[in-house]
Amino acid sequence: MALTKLDQLYRAVILEHSQTPRRRGTLDESTTQIELRNPTCGDVIQVQLNIEDDIVKDVRFDGSGCTISMASASMMTDAIIGKPIEEALHLSESFSQVVQGNEAADQTALGDAMMLSGVSKFPARIKCATLSWKALEKALTNQGTGVDGQMRHEDITE
Amino acid sequence: MTVSFDQLKQDFPILDQIVNDEPLVYLDNAATTQKPLAVLQAIETYYHTSNANVHRGVHTLGERATSQYEGSRTVVKDFINANETAEVLFTRGTTTSLNWVAKSFGELVIEPGDEILISYMEHHSNIIPWQQLAKKKQAKLVYIELTDQGQLDMDDAKQKITDKTKIVSISHVSNVLGVVNPIKQLADWIHEKNGYLVVDGAQAVPHMPVDVQALNADFYAFSGHKMLGPTGIGVLYGKRALLEQMEPVEFGGEMIDFVEEQDSTWKELPWKFEAGTPNIAGAIGLAAAMHYLNTIGMETIVQHERELVEYVMPKLEAIEGLTLFGPEDLRFRTGVISFNIDGVHPHDVATAMDMEGVAVRAGHHCAQPLMTYLNQAATARASFYLYNTKADADKFVEAILATKEFFLNGFN
Repeated sequence: MALTKLDQLYRAVILEHSQTPRRRGTLDESTTQIELRNPTCGDVIQVQLNIEDDIVKDVRFDGSGCTISMASASMMTDAIIGKPIEEALHLSESFSQVVQGNEAADQTALGDAMMLSGVSKFPARIKCATLSWKALEKALTNQGTGVDGQMRHEDITE
Repeated sequence: MTVSFDQLKQDFPILDQIVNDEPLVYLDNAATTQKPLAVLQAIETYYHTSNANVHRGVHTLGERATSQYEGSRTVVKDFINANETAEVLFTRGTTTSLNWVAKSFGELVIEPGDEILISYMEHHSNIIPWQQLAKKKQAKLVYIELTDQGQLDMDDAKQKITDKTKIVSISHVSNVLGVVNPIKQLADWIHEKNGYLVVDGAQAVPHMPVDVQALNADFYAFSGHKMLGPTGIGVLYGKRALLEQMEPVEFGGEMIDFVEEQDSTWKELPWKFEAGTPNIAGAIGLAAAMHYLNTIGMETIVQHERELVEYVMPKLEAIEGLTLFGPEDLRFRTGVISFNIDGVHPHDVATAMDMEGVAVRAGHHCAQPLMTYLNQAATARASFYLYNTKADADKFVEAILATKEFFLNGFN
């Protein structure tokens, strides 16, 4: 049956992240937060970060979307927590390469997120995987807003 | 005539292929339909033998192209039973058609404080042009509620059609719920109040006989590509008396009578609206599609789609954890079936079904207010057409079962 091919995309670990996501919820205190939407499919994700001394001290995500986008968000939090901002941004770039089917330098540091490399064979789903990482990038490059301000909403464009 | 629907697929070479190691079952007809050989050949023949610009060449090819283009207009006129070809404008598609009505006719009749009435089941192309117009004119955009069966709440509609209502704009058939709306009733009510009825017929004209005069629609919009024709061609029907009052939306070649330094005058209907070189091959392709549909017969197509829906619905209803949207009474719906598998996101459903060779759509279907109304982020949608068979329906049901199994039991 052709559905066996789905295993490339939906590995057990991906379904596990989707069903029991890490760090899903909201932070009481955060230094930056953003909501990113994918207008073509309606997926939406909120990412909150607590940055101290340029290090990601804590992170939470929430939102609604498919298995891929929710699992990817969960994996993303695993990969970046405790990392310096610069490294988190590097990881984001590496992840973007990996899901497009390219090699990346720091693949091992991506951890479970590497499991999403199979997405490269499903071009229509690449954006699902990158939504949370794009939100992270925007938040880390000061495009988010502090927790006292309104959550900033934005649409993913590329 | 008796039509062998099982053999119809032979007219559509694209359907005879393997995707992801499975025979293709194409069920995304509400998005766009496949084209029969007759349409492809009509377009090819035009480019091989008659290509020229229309309405200007004195030469033979110019004459030929013009007569084929205008002949296509006559085919469209007959297909929707318009009174005359002057009432048939070629556009890019339903979106362009509705934008023209809002921009030109809306501009003409809407005053501050007026109301424009639409419904919660509209496609974005029948929402946003009115939103923009309402904002510009300080008018109010009002929505007709839906019943729990996903039909227009006609009590609510009657109540909301008031002396303030200038325009009612409603889809003939919903692209998400597949529900057929009582257009004639709405036409009667709004005409009693001296308002106008605009109909988004994108999901209706391909699937049922449509008589714009019997419906008494003031404007009626539809697309070619959803009815076996090529992309980039569509139609705006309008009553002559209204079209005559309207200003063109676009200006340029082809649509002018006389151009002076500071002012110009327009050609007669329908050409005053068709600025620039039109989609000639598109119009010819659309006419060929209409010929093809006529040969089978629109009533026969209605019957065929109803048989498919009556065949597949009980099978779908029997699947535990499957939510179906739209009316339970199949008499009120077309071959559009929106569904969700509980606990599985529609995008994952569509990817999984694609692996089974079954092409369905997932997402908000350009109807975000409806998604909000239904309290769904998105739905999956299968949409049947004349070339689909009971075997396709079986494959569709099997793919849903396999998808459900994969996501809900495969890893527990």
